[in-house]
Amino acid sequence: MTETSIPAPRRGVPLWAQIIVWVFLVGLLVIVALGLQRRQQGTVQPGQVIENFTLPLYSGYEVDGKSEIHFADLRGKVVVINVWASWCKPCEQEAADLQQAWAEYEPSGQVVFLGVDYVDTEPEARVYLKKFGITYPNGPDLATRITQYFRITGVPETYFVDQDGVLRYVKIGPFSSIDEIRAQIDPLLE
Amino acid sequence: MYKPKLLQITNYQLLVVILLALAIALTTRAVSAQGPTPTDDEVNRVAKQLYCPVCESTPLDACPTEACRQWRDLIRTMLAEGRSEEEIKQYFVEHYGVRVLAEPPNRLATYLIPAIAILLGAVLLFRGFHIWMKPSATRAATEPEQTSAPDPYIARLEEELKKQK
Repeated sequence: MTETSIPAPRRGVPLWAQIIVWVFLVGLLVIVALGLQRRQQGTVQPGQVIENFTLPLYSGYEVDGKSEIHFADLRGKVVVINVWASWCKPCEQEAADLQQAWAEYEPSGQVVFLGVDYVDTEPEARVYLKKFGITYPNGPDLATRITQYFRITGVPETYFVDQDGVLRYVKIGPFSSIDEIRAQIDPLLE
Repeated sequence: MYKPKLLQITNYQLLVVILLALAIALTTRAVSAQGPTPTDDEVNRVAKQLYCPVCESTPLDACPTEACRQWRDLIRTMLAEGRSEEEIKQYFVEHYGVRVLAEPPNRLATYLIPAIAILLGAVLLFRGFHIWMKPSATRAATEPEQTSAPDPYIARLEEELKKQK
């Protein structure tokens, strides 16, 4: 008994072409799925240790003469990270409350506020900061590195980080009052 | 030859006035060449090569949001300062990330790596399928011979059926 090889009849689309098309489609689906997963993940979640990042500061907002601030250097302090933009109308609702809260907590030296300016232009940002009399350290989110790390869903968003660098609370949207800000900071100081 | 003193002074003054006028004209020309306000078309020519991260899938020249209006104003300012398109795009990449570009930077790797990955995947799958399908093809080729071989049970069964008819 001998095996005879019968040549397969030729069809319209060669197998290699079909495979390339399928590989391409599967690759595309994987990319879409990863994008959707990232979107559904939302912001970084409370309990997560926040990695170090560097915020360059606008001139006039330097800290101890330094033109940038490293998050890792703030260990031992409560850090309030507020993401804002001058084109963001809801940000204006909370701007005065944030500044008032900063004025209250700054003398203690236990709390640091950071303003992260998202996708903004410096001239407009400066007008905004001046309009609301904001004095806490503020700077642009260069190449959106910080906001990509936090996976922000929009602006404003505020992140409360404790003395150990652990994220404790995320506020999506503007604060309705200064009491809402105090309610997040005070327990972290106890 | 006598020249009245008044006329000599007038000539000197005339020379000074001409020199001053020339200097002013040259200065004015230099300033006006640096600072004409760019037109909307000039701004949009740069803007349509950029995308604001806030408004996904909408090119900057067509985006109606406040954020994009600010970006267009910034482009206008930079064009008025005499910056080139490339310099402006570079500024936006540095400040807002490479994703603001409508087209990725012209790096060979940007296009080559996905193409190579797809081709490599296809080749691997092709080889996989080829190996997987080979035994079945051989079996298919040998099956007719196996069925043509006389099976005593089937032969007996067929005989019994013929008898019943």
